[in-house]
Amino acid sequence: MAKKERPIKGAPTAKDFKGDVNPDWCPGCGDFGVLSALQIAYAKTGNGIHDHLTVSGIGCSSNLPGFINTYGMHTLHGRSLAVATGAKLGNHELNVVVTGGDGDGYGIGGNHFIHTMRKNIDLLYIVMNNETYGLTVGQASPTTVVGERTKSTPFGNIETPLNPVAMAIVAGATYVARGFSSERSQLAELMYEGMQHKGFSFIDVISPCVTWKDDEIYDFWKERVNSLENHDTSDKTAALEQAVKTGHDTQIGLFYHDTTRLSLDQSEPVLETGPMAQQTAGVTPEQASAIIQRMM
Amino acid sequence: MAKYDFVVAVGGAPGQGIETLGKSLGQICARYGLYVYTYSAYQSLIRGGHTFLTIRISSEPVENHGDEIDLIIALDRDSIEKHVPHVKPGGALIYNIDDVKQEPERDDIQLCGIPYKKFSSGIEDRKLQKTILNTCLLATAMNMVGADLKVLEEIIISALLKRKGQEVVDANITVATAGYEHAAEHFTGFDAQFEKQEPPLAFVDGNSAMAMGGAAAGVKFYCAYPMSPSTGVLHWMAANARNLNIMVRQCEDEISVINMVIGAAHVGCRAMCATSGGGFALMSEAIGSAAMMEIPIVVINVQRGGPSTGLPTKTEQGDLWQLLGASQGDFPKIIVAPTSIMDGFHTMPEIFNLVDKFQCPGMVLSDLTLSMGFTTFDPETLNWQPEIDRGEYITELDQTDEEYLRYKITDSGVSPRAIPGTPGHVHVVATDDHDEDGGLISDEFTNPHKRRDIMEKRQRKMEGIVKLLPPPTFEGPEDAEITLIGWGSTKGVINEAVQLLNDAGTTANQIHFKWLYPIDEDTINAVLEKATNPIIVECNYTGQFARFLRSETGFKADGHIRKYDGEPFMPHHIADGARELLKGKTDLYVPYQEIVV
Repeated sequence: MAKKERPIKGAPTAKDFKGDVNPDWCPGCGDFGVLSALQIAYAKTGNGIHDHLTVSGIGCSSNLPGFINTYGMHTLHGRSLAVATGAKLGNHELNVVVTGGDGDGYGIGGNHFIHTMRKNIDLLYIVMNNETYGLTVGQASPTTVVGERTKSTPFGNIETPLNPVAMAIVAGATYVARGFSSERSQLAELMYEGMQHKGFSFIDVISPCVTWKDDEIYDFWKERVNSLENHDTSDKTAALEQAVKTGHDTQIGLFYHDTTRLSLDQSEPVLETGPMAQQTAGVTPEQASAIIQRMM
Repeated sequence: MAKYDFVVAVGGAPGQGIETLGKSLGQICARYGLYVYTYSAYQSLIRGGHTFLTIRISSEPVENHGDEIDLIIALDRDSIEKHVPHVKPGGALIYNIDDVKQEPERDDIQLCGIPYKKFSSGIEDRKLQKTILNTCLLATAMNMVGADLKVLEEIIISALLKRKGQEVVDANITVATAGYEHAAEHFTGFDAQFEKQEPPLAFVDGNSAMAMGGAAAGVKFYCAYPMSPSTGVLHWMAANARNLNIMVRQCEDEISVINMVIGAAHVGCRAMCATSGGGFALMSEAIGSAAMMEIPIVVINVQRGGPSTGLPTKTEQGDLWQLLGASQGDFPKIIVAPTSIMDGFHTMPEIFNLVDKFQCPGMVLSDLTLSMGFTTFDPETLNWQPEIDRGEYITELDQTDEEYLRYKITDSGVSPRAIPGTPGHVHVVATDDHDEDGGLISDEFTNPHKRRDIMEKRQRKMEGIVKLLPPPTFEGPEDAEITLIGWGSTKGVINEAVQLLNDAGTTANQIHFKWLYPIDEDTINAVLEKATNPIIVECNYTGQFARFLRSETGFKADGHIRKYDGEPFMPHHIADGARELLKGKTDLYVPYQEIVV
C-alpha cells in the first residue's frame, strides 16, 4: 500500500491487485475468499490499478482497502456508501467498489444502504455478511438468527434478522446477488458483472466468522447454499421469491438484474461535459451577469 | 442630498405574501440605488401564525434593521392590533379598512385606511383578489415615500407575466394603481422622499450570498438536508446547478451530507454543505474524519436558537462551542464567522483557499439574522473570479523515482495530495490513525513514535494557518471611554451602537472578530490592548465568545451584553447596555425586546 506503484506491463493481473500489507484477519476467515475474488474481478476489467477506488467503513471486513492495491478510503463506521456516492458523483469515470460488513452496512449504515439503492448510484457494494460484530468481539448483528447466544444476547437473540437480498430488490438496487466466500470463481464473476452493470450493484456474501461462530460454520453453510437455477433475473417478483428462501433452501447467484433503469450519473445533465472534478470550476463573467440581472 | 434613513415594516399571516411584498420593495429600492437591510420575525408555520418583516432603507450602506419604524403596512387585523404601538410618532399605518370595525387609536400618526374591497371588486377570481392585497398596500406606501409606480409595474410584469399570465398581471396593476392614487388624494407623503442614486443595486439574501460565493470559489459539489435557516443555500444551488454545472444533491440525512462532501472532495471537487446546529451535531464525527484523512471541505452552520430543535425561526450565536469542540480528539480546523450579508460572499473563496492549502475542514458560522436577512449591494463590488489556490495537489504522473507518501512528514505539516485516478500515486486514506504511507497504526502496527510524528505533522498545519488569518478589526477613536467587542453577524449593529454612543457624548470604539479559530495569542492581545472598559456583545446566554477569548488569551472583559430571546439586537439595545454597564453596578446587561411578534 502507498508505495511507489510497482511497474506493471500491460493490463494488471490479479496478483498486481495484491496489497503490500497482509490481511490481519483470523486464519480461515471467509473474508480471504472475498478479497481474492475481488482481485480477480478487478483484473478482469483490464483497467489500471489507479482507475479503481475501494471504499470501506469500519469492522473486520472493512480493513480490506488496506490489503488491495487500488486507491482506497477507509472511512467512518457505516458511512462508506455516502462517501463512495460523493466520490462517484465527483468522478464517475472511477470504478468505485464499496466493501464492508453486516454491522457496518445493515446496522449503523442502514439508512445510507436504503437510499443509495433508491438513487441507483453506480457502485458495486460487497457486504461480507458473517452475522456477527467480529471486531468488537462477538455481539449480535442485524443478520444474527433468532435464538443465537452471543455476548450481547447471552439468553438467545429474540430479534428477527433482516433479509438484505430481499431488501435490496425492494429498495431499488438494479443488480442483486448473493455469494459464498468459498465459491470463489462464482463470486469473482458476480463481482465482475456487478462492476460492468451501470447502476447500484449489491452482493451479500456469506463470509463465515471462524472465531465467534461454531467450529462447523463452513459445513453449516455448505449444506445450505444452492446455486440459483432456471431463474429469470429480469423478473422482480421471481427474484423476491428466491430471496426469501432461507435455511437449507438458501440461494446463491444473481437474483435480479434491471438493465433498463438509468443510474443517477446517467440521468444527471451536469455530467454531460465530463467528470465533475475535471470540469472547469467557477462562474464566468457572462454567467455572473445573468445571476445579477435576476437580482435587480 | 441629506442622509435618507427610513424603516418600513410589514405585518401579516404567512401566506399573505409578505415575502413577495418585501422582495418587491427591495427590488424597487435597488433600482433607486438605495441600500436596504431586512429582518423577518417569523414563526415555524406554513399557514397561520404571524410574520413581521422590517425593511430599513437608506441612502448609505446599512447593516441592521434600526431602532424605530416610520411606516407599518398591516395585512390583517391581528397586525393592526399588535403593531399600532410600534409606529414612531409622525409615522403612518397602512391597513385595509375592511379588517377593522373602528379606526385604530393613535392621534400622533397618520392612519391610512384603504377601501380594498372597493378597489378589488372587479376581480372575479376570489382567491386572486385575496392574495394581492399586498400589492395594493405596497403601492399606497410607494406613493407616500415618493416612489414611481412604474417601477412596481415593471417588477410585477417581470415576475408574473410568464408564470401567471396577463390576467394576474392586470389584476395586480389595477389594485396597485387604485392604492397609489388613493394615497395621492387622501394621505400626506413623508417629508423624506425616494431619490434615485447611482449605481443601481441588486437585492440578495445572506444564504444566496454564501452560495454565490461558493460558486465563485469553484464549488462543483453541494449537498444538503433541508434545515431552517440554512435551506436557502440549497435552494440557490439547486436553482443554479444546471447553468453553472454544479452537482447538487439532497440527501437522506446530514450524516450522508457530510460524508458525500468528503467523497467528492477526495476525488478533487471543491465541495461544501450547509446546515443548522442540529444537523451540524450529526456531522460532527465526519468533520474529524476529514481532518484525519486530510481532505479539504467547507461546512456552513447557520445558527438558530438552541438547544435541541430549539427555535427553528429565531436567531442566536449559540453554536460557537459546538464548532470548537466538534468531533473527538485534536485536529487542525478553521472557523470563520462572516460579519455581514455580503461578507458571506467574500468569505467563501477565502475559506476554500485555506482548506485546500492546509487540507483540513473549514467551518463557516453564520446565523439566522445574517442568512435570512436581505440587503442591496453594488454588483461591481463582487469579485466573481477570485484567486484560487488549490494547494499542493497532484493530478498527473510525475517522473521522479521517489516513492509517494500521502502523509509525508513535512515541516509545514502539509503533504502533497494525489487525486484518485492519478497514475503512480495509489494510496489508501484512513480515518484510523496511520503512518506516512496511510498504513494503519491503530491495530497490529500500533507504534507510539509513529503516532507522535503524525499527530505533530497534522497539528503543525495550525502554525501555518494562524499566520494567514487577519487580526480582528479595530474601528473608532483610540482613546474612547468604552470598547465594544463582538464577533460575526453583529458587526453592523454594534457599529451603529458605537455611533449612537459617540453622538450622545460617550466616546466608544469597536473590536470585531471574523476569523475565530485558530487564533494567535500575541496578535489578538495586541489588538485587545487598545480596549478601554471592554464589553463583549453576543447573542447567547453563557457568553460563549467571552469564555473562548479568555481561554485562548487570558483576556477578561469588564462587562457583557447578551441577548438570547431569539430576536436580533437593535442598535439602542447595545448603546443603552453600554451606558448602563459604564455605571459599574453590574457586569451583565440583557436588553428588553420591545417588539414582540
